[in-house]
Amino acid sequence: MKNLTLKTLAASAFLVAGLLSPAHAAGDAKHPEVMDWSFNGPTGTFDRNALRRGFQVYKEVCASCHGLSQVSFRNLSQDGGPEFSEAEVKAIAAEYTVEDGPDSYGDMFERPALPKDRFVEPYPNENAGRAANGGAYPPDLSLITKARSGGADYLHALLTGYSEAPDGVEMRPGLYYNPYMAGGKIAMPSPLLEDIIEYGDGTPATVEQMSSDVVQFLTWAAEPELEARKRTGIMVIIYLTIFAGLMYFSMRKIWADQH
Amino acid sequence: MTDAHTPVTEEPTRRDFLYLATGAFAAIGAANIVWPLIDQMNPDASVKALSSIEVDLSAIESGQSITVTWRGKPVFIRRRTQDEVGVAREVSVVDLPDPENDADRVVKDEWLVMVGICTHLGCVPLGQAGDFNGWFCPCHGSHYDTSGRIRKGPAPKNLEIPPYDFVGDTRIKIG
Amino acid sequence: MSGESTYNPSNGVSKWLDSRLPILRLAHDSFVDYPTPKNLNYWWTFGGILSFCLVTQIITGIILAMHYTPHVDFAFNSVEHIMRDVNYGWMLRYIHANGASMFFIAVYIHMFRGMYYGSYKAPREVLWILGVIIYILMMAAAFMGYVLPWGQMSLWGATVITNLFGAIPLVGENIAIWLWGGFSVDNPTLNRFFSLHYLIPFLIAGVVVLHIWALHVPGNNNPVGISVKGKQDTVPFHPYYTVKDGFALTLFLILFSYFIFFAPNVLGHADNYIPANPLVTPAHIVPEWYLLPFYAILRAVPDKLGGVVLMFGAIFVMFLLPWLDTSKVRSARYRPLFRQFYVLFILDCLLLGYLGAQPAEGVYIVLARVGTVYYFAHFLLILPILGLVEKPKEVPESISEAVLPAAPQAAE
Repeated sequence: MKNLTLKTLAASAFLVAGLLSPAHAAGDAKHPEVMDWSFNGPTGTFDRNALRRGFQVYKEVCASCHGLSQVSFRNLSQDGGPEFSEAEVKAIAAEYTVEDGPDSYGDMFERPALPKDRFVEPYPNENAGRAANGGAYPPDLSLITKARSGGADYLHALLTGYSEAPDGVEMRPGLYYNPYMAGGKIAMPSPLLEDIIEYGDGTPATVEQMSSDVVQFLTWAAEPELEARKRTGIMVIIYLTIFAGLMYFSMRKIWADQH
Repeated sequence: MTDAHTPVTEEPTRRDFLYLATGAFAAIGAANIVWPLIDQMNPDASVKALSSIEVDLSAIESGQSITVTWRGKPVFIRRRTQDEVGVAREVSVVDLPDPENDADRVVKDEWLVMVGICTHLGCVPLGQAGDFNGWFCPCHGSHYDTSGRIRKGPAPKNLEIPPYDFVGDTRIKIG
Repeated sequence: MSGESTYNPSNGVSKWLDSRLPILRLAHDSFVDYPTPKNLNYWWTFGGILSFCLVTQIITGIILAMHYTPHVDFAFNSVEHIMRDVNYGWMLRYIHANGASMFFIAVYIHMFRGMYYGSYKAPREVLWILGVIIYILMMAAAFMGYVLPWGQMSLWGATVITNLFGAIPLVGENIAIWLWGGFSVDNPTLNRFFSLHYLIPFLIAGVVVLHIWALHVPGNNNPVGISVKGKQDTVPFHPYYTVKDGFALTLFLILFSYFIFFAPNVLGHADNYIPANPLVTPAHIVPEWYLLPFYAILRAVPDKLGGVVLMFGAIFVMFLLPWLDTSKVRSARYRPLFRQFYVLFILDCLLLGYLGAQPAEGVYIVLARVGTVYYFAHFLLILPILGLVEKPKEVPESISEAVLPAAPQAAE
């Protein structure tokens, strides 16, 4: 018996350590507060209104410097996202201009974007982005919540966490203090200011509200399959649990003559 | 084989039921796993999103054709001359391998829009060629007329007309 | 274990086939009527689970290759295309990515089971060696697979690992350049890694066939480590172990599904969702969790060549295990001292795994050195000496005797 528990213990310790080990120390950055997002947990879903507001924040605030290159306008109407109507998506896309061509004369031409097009990049290339931002390239946001440890919590903490640099921390011009950034210094000035936008649905545009909305939108942009994934997962786990029960009792019956 | 001494039917036992239920459950699971493995080869969301195009026709003179790409296939757009339309209309439809009126194959008489794929084995026919001065497929010798109908050769069907609409006087939307 | 075949072709077609290619007879004798010790516990179900993992990786991998583009300009975006546009693409990719981790969880349990019950000892040395070969091939496949999404960790992981070969005296640099097909990890490297990543699983499948062959000649080891004495010690593989393996596999799938559907990225590294950038190195380059102990050994040594030699040595020492363990008793059940060192060895591997994920500085380096020394000491000193000095407990006469709650022995 003791023998068995020792083995079980060793095996589970091995497993747990294996699973935990990739999480390495996050440097000297402050740990972001863990938020209670609606998309957390096995049955989590996005709040459609928050996604739509978050899209507005992205469009009116972030998009001037940050691309969303993996996302197409058509994604805005698909299940599990902001779920705009197809007509709305057409109208949103038409506000952007994309280059197409060559036409029959061999010339490139500009046309209004269509739902099939990707979001339009703010800069023609990375160097232009650097040049316009004092050498710091504003990263593409399509995968930002997956590309940073801490994900949505980190992003929300970063957006709402700007403060005065504490004594003894020297800030070069063009850098801003943010304790959630590794190193504490970030090249992006605080992007969200009270009432910097006016929400279509009348929600007061506080920094907290805008941050929470845009983080939710960017989480969807990074994981548009999230709702379908969790829904499928619940069905799969229920199925496997029942099947495991059936297998267990079948096994007991089959082994009955050996015990 | 059964003989008189062995019972032909046995009472289904609880054990049999358990094995049946387990087997059935496994089969359901397997079927559900197989579907994603198959469906992944169907056209994906980005391919479906490209399934319609708009074409500007204003630069095409009478007697000229252009070829555009739709769903990865060539689409012939021909501004037909009065003669070509006339010839296409005179044909006795009932005698054709794939009887179809020319009027049913166009939205506007002047404009013929067809998928440029031979209905035999998928080659691209040559324009204004063949015995009927329409299209001719060099792969296996199918002759199409000025309405794109099969007249001679191995192809079984007329050239396909894609779904399209005029969205302006000289603009069409295919798909 | 190669007794008389019990296969009995039931109809004309199978009789016809049996006299020409007795493949059904082989399958019957290997997986239906194969006599299996009746006392195997759940740790023995991981062989079946591993077969399942291999098949899953091959099927999902072939499918992903239908949508993936092995080119530095398109690789990252083609993976996102799979995640966003391909029907069920996200599911297939998450199965494949997490499947690699599940494969390693299963293989480590399988290996540590073999170490505990002495499954590598005569007459199963070849079986064990084939297993180590599979394990090495798995690491190569996993490493190259991790490069394919062409994120930051892909590029820099590949850079670090291929630079190991640069440590080889004289020809090292030429070998690195040969591996890269250029002067750094770049498009030629990605393209060849894709090709090899596709090849290796089929090599693994081939060695798995040999592994099963080498298993079926001496037959399974078992928890008491005593050889099968006769029919009373065995049961046919089917249905007894097909159903037991099936049940264990279902439980394993619940854990697997949890990762796929609810935590698909916890086993990966966030930096791999940043496209590869040859001008910027991530703050910490960390391999996937299953390679961390070896990474810790590599970094424990202050000398480049020495680190590489020790890291590869840590893998190759496993080949010698059947001869380093001098004890005649197989199962740790009857080896009280070995059992304690076995636990220490597991803790040492866990420690090395933890250290592999920490920055190589300060106390971590010291600990990594201690862990590395102990790792080698376990194989090269403890096991050989233990077999000579340890006094094993009394081993039962047969499997049947060990399984039965035998009263006379308990009274002893």
